[in-house]
Amino acid sequence: MTKADVMTNSLVQANVQPSFPILAVSDLSKTYQVGNNLRPVLGGISLRVDRGEFVCIVGPSGAGKSTLLRCIAGLLAPSSGTILLDGQPIHEPPPKLAVVFQDYSRSLMPWMSVAKNVTLPLRSKGYSKREQAERADEALSAVGLTDARSQYPWQLSGGMQQRVAIARALAYEPEALLMDEPFASVDAQTRSDLEDLILGVRDTFGMTVLLVTHDIDESVYLADRVVVMSGSPTMIREEITVDLPGPRDQVSTKLLPRFAELRAHVMTLIREDRVKGL
Amino acid sequence: MALGAPFRSRILSHRLLMLLAEVAVPTVAIVLWWVLSANSTSLYFPPLSTIMTSFRNIWLFSHFDSDAVPSLENLAAGFAIATVAGIALGLTLGLLPILADAVAPTVEFLRAVPGVALLPAALLLLGIGPEMKISLIAYGTIWPILLNTIDGVRGVDPVVVEVASSYRMRRQDRILRIVLPAASPQIVAGMRSALSIGITVIIFSEMIGSTNGIGFQILSAQHSFAVPDMWAGIVLLGILGYLLNLAFRGFESYLLRWHRGMQRLARS
Repeated sequence: MTKADVMTNSLVQANVQPSFPILAVSDLSKTYQVGNNLRPVLGGISLRVDRGEFVCIVGPSGAGKSTLLRCIAGLLAPSSGTILLDGQPIHEPPPKLAVVFQDYSRSLMPWMSVAKNVTLPLRSKGYSKREQAERADEALSAVGLTDARSQYPWQLSGGMQQRVAIARALAYEPEALLMDEPFASVDAQTRSDLEDLILGVRDTFGMTVLLVTHDIDESVYLADRVVVMSGSPTMIREEITVDLPGPRDQVSTKLLPRFAELRAHVMTLIREDRVKGL
Repeated sequence: MALGAPFRSRILSHRLLMLLAEVAVPTVAIVLWWVLSANSTSLYFPPLSTIMTSFRNIWLFSHFDSDAVPSLENLAAGFAIATVAGIALGLTLGLLPILADAVAPTVEFLRAVPGVALLPAALLLLGIGPEMKISLIAYGTIWPILLNTIDGVRGVDPVVVEVASSYRMRRQDRILRIVLPAASPQIVAGMRSALSIGITVIIFSEMIGSTNGIGFQILSAQHSFAVPDMWAGIVLLGILGYLLNLAFRGFESYLLRWHRGMQRLARS
């Protein structure tokens, strides 16, 4: 895969218009009923994501980050508040969104080949068999998995499986990609490879990405903007614009003093909250 | 792959050894039976050579068409009906938990009635024709298929369901490409137990209410003291059961090759 080529294009996206957000979440709250008790998880979240922006939501485990993502994906109904995608309220999973789930071993169908997994969501889009296959091939080559097309997902390594899941999302041609802790189940080396892969994919496809993670370094490294969530019920602590230059690089970007500052800032926000929680 | 070749040949020779053992054990058993029964004068346990002569006379092939084929046809028809109906009903009930809970006691009651116990009623209602046997087999075999399908459908991973909804998959794709394959290991396991129930039901129904079939031949041989003929029928049942099981295993290992592969990988 020509990762280097993709990386050089990464400044193209810097030129986005922030005026009309692709995603607007306002005053979103979600309360679960556990037996006779009400457990508020999200307490009034407001969030804007601009077209082409890469936003990371970071927060401690169990902070309701996945709940927020599921509400935005149309998989979970919020208790109150609104979510607008392109100005349209979300009541069901919208066709403009694709979700990459954390657990690739469960989100891919083990009875289908890699290529079939990627074409499965395209069946409802009215494409011919040939168009489906072409799109799958394109998406698989974008993640460097052309050779694995006829294998079963479980025959691949964890990192490759998550790339299949990313290819499935790309072939669906969404305007925005929602990723729920997508790299939490792979080893550190694979993780940084996948981080660079998703940065490259964002640049080539000009896609909006909303990624949930509990890894502070990852959020600062990937994002144009980091949204720090904490507390119970969860609220947005702060939104931090990441003014690191692109293209990002696993070694040189992380050596920048600014990277260390941002990272320290996010960490302080999250730790303050944890100390308070004790 | 310098290390691969000897390793592979060791696996191969291990397989060959297993195959030899699989052939050797029944061969030894048959030889023992043959030798030990050779001078038997017992009316009930004739020499194997006598049984084999009866087997050749009856089943190769004068009675094969008139008795073995109808048995197999009825078994196939009953099993097919049970499979289709069991999977269709199981899917419906598995996807509609409220309905499944509502009919659960009824299903448990019906399932507790052994198929063979309904034979007298089936004889009254349907006579001794193939319809009676097919209905009885379908009734006897549907339960494991139905219950396993419900379980399998209910056990589909919620993550897979979320994937299907987030990608707005059509209902027919969800059912045919996600729910059914996900439940298929359990469905096939249900079909396997159903098949052995089916063999029992067909033989029993032929013994009681029939004028042909393998079961009828076995019982009428016993009634007329043609003991070697009776044993010949039992031997045929053993052979047919073995072949049916072999065929089913072939079907299973083809359909569930992904599942087998995953299990092998998890074990290694």
